[in-house]
Amino acid sequence: MSDTAKEPVLKAQHLSIVFGSLRAVDDFSLEIGESELVGLIGPNGAGKTTVFNMLTGVYQPTEGAYFLCGKKMNGKKAHQVVAAGVARTFQNIRLFKKMTVIENVKVAMNMHMSYSILASIFRTPKYWKEEAEMDAKAMELLKIVHLADKADYVAENLPYGQQRRLEIARALATGMKVLLLDEPAAGMNPTETAELLDIINVIREKFKISVLLIEHDMSLVMKICERIQVIDYGITIACGTPEEIANNPRVIEAYLGKDEEEVLC
Amino acid sequence: MKMPKEKLISYLINLVGIVVLFLLFVALFQSGVLGSRTNYVKGIFTTACYTIVLVASLNLLVGILGEFSLGHAGFMSVGAYASAIFTNALAGKGLSDLALFVLALIIGGVAAGIAGLLVGIPALRLRGDYLAIVTVAFAEIIRVAFCNFAITGGGRTISGITKLSNFYWCFWVMVICVTIMYMFVRSRFGRTVKAIREDYIAAAASGINVTFYKVLTFTISAFFAGIGGAMYAHYMTAMIPTNFNFNYSAELLTEVIIGGTGSFTGSIIGAAFLSSLPELMRQFSNYRMLAYSIVLVIVMIFRPGGIFGSWEFSLVRVLKKAKNGELFAKKNKGGAENE
Repeated sequence: MSDTAKEPVLKAQHLSIVFGSLRAVDDFSLEIGESELVGLIGPNGAGKTTVFNMLTGVYQPTEGAYFLCGKKMNGKKAHQVVAAGVARTFQNIRLFKKMTVIENVKVAMNMHMSYSILASIFRTPKYWKEEAEMDAKAMELLKIVHLADKADYVAENLPYGQQRRLEIARALATGMKVLLLDEPAAGMNPTETAELLDIINVIREKFKISVLLIEHDMSLVMKICERIQVIDYGITIACGTPEEIANNPRVIEAYLGKDEEEVLC
Repeated sequence: MKMPKEKLISYLINLVGIVVLFLLFVALFQSGVLGSRTNYVKGIFTTACYTIVLVASLNLLVGILGEFSLGHAGFMSVGAYASAIFTNALAGKGLSDLALFVLALIIGGVAAGIAGLLVGIPALRLRGDYLAIVTVAFAEIIRVAFCNFAITGGGRTISGITKLSNFYWCFWVMVICVTIMYMFVRSRFGRTVKAIREDYIAAAASGINVTFYKVLTFTISAFFAGIGGAMYAHYMTAMIPTNFNFNYSAELLTEVIIGGTGSFTGSIIGAAFLSSLPELMRQFSNYRMLAYSIVLVIVMIFRPGGIFGSWEFSLVRVLKKAKNGELFAKKNKGGAENE
């Protein structure tokens, strides 16, 4: 973490993954520096979520390697990748539906808790101390995503936009260095999207984390991303600042070309 | 940090509730109200005690982890045989009955726990129906193996096990077992296991080692099934491997589902009721499985989550209501293990 000047927080080198005869992602390289926000865009089925799945240990890349703070992460299981510092949200919300909002957050804190089974059975002081600490921490995170007053609601009863925010709070609770957001604004109305934008800015400032964002809402992507990488059919077709991407003829052709008005707005 | 005061008070209230319940039972049996039927009723209650432990341990799997096991009788039999062999070897060696009983329970629990660990590690890569099939297969393998080992009687009745289980001891063993399971569920462990039940992909993405917690829960569940089996062995004093057949596993599962998946209150009342029912209506005992299936179908139609769902009885809540005068004909039964 200290040698941030040179070492990117997350680095992917020539990642490829093959399913049968399909090359879903080919030669994907990416570097994210500390506190940087990078956008990953591309048409439907381009392989964006597959990239996420490779970076979080759900899939193992067929070729290539990826590094977190210089440490090679290939071959690690999903939960080990999270422990190392990469957390994500899901395109189709995956909350623990029958559990309360605060429980959802506390589940993600489990790896930072250390009391034993015996401590839980005998309700030792350590149990009470850790539970109280985690309660306080979870409430703090819920405040950031404006859900503090909903802490005891059952997660599935929350409206859609709040469920998305709860997923972000749960990812934050893992204490990660890199946050991967998979279409966080999908299905949100403009007000909710604006609120989400605020939240993303607040957490970047507060936790000094790097963010990789998949998003179809172009106005959001253009507004907050420092760099954008575009993939199509698993191949990176462009990289650059939002302005460069918006004017890149290959990008317009592959992705935005059909509806140029959407690019400009 | 100290225990919050209200929690301490609620634990104490529950403890008092359990002791009162126990004293009521003692009074019932000592007063001789039941006359010549005292021992018969005591026997039914003892049966209820070990059935509660078995059903609660299965509920840990079905209700909390969300996986079906149709082989719980297999783990129970491992515990029953291990403890029976142990006490047969040690009987009359100068150990007091209570010490022998406690040791037998521990041996039974540990043996079944090891079996659960060994089965769990490979089997828990599977989910849902496939896991259920593996557990059936395990229970059948155990049963057939016990039919062929000389040490387990080789298919004949293993008899002459010292009768150690009595109602008073079994009552406290039941209370302790269910309390331990309850405390486990209401901690970071239970929270994690529930998260795996809800969505194992999201659980892994929250840094949870899904396999570890599944195997852990499976092992703990098997451990308590083994304790239940040990109580059973020392109550029956004789058993054959066919006692632990598929029907018995299915019966336990029925009791979990009727009582309420995820509710220990449901397990306690479901097990107590359903295990004493066949005794109370002995003349209809042949129709028991028929009655079970009808009840199961009715429950599934009208209350898919079981009679109690995931609701837990709380003595403290009842007392609060009684104080505020809101209590309307609430029955104060089985106030065993609630915060």
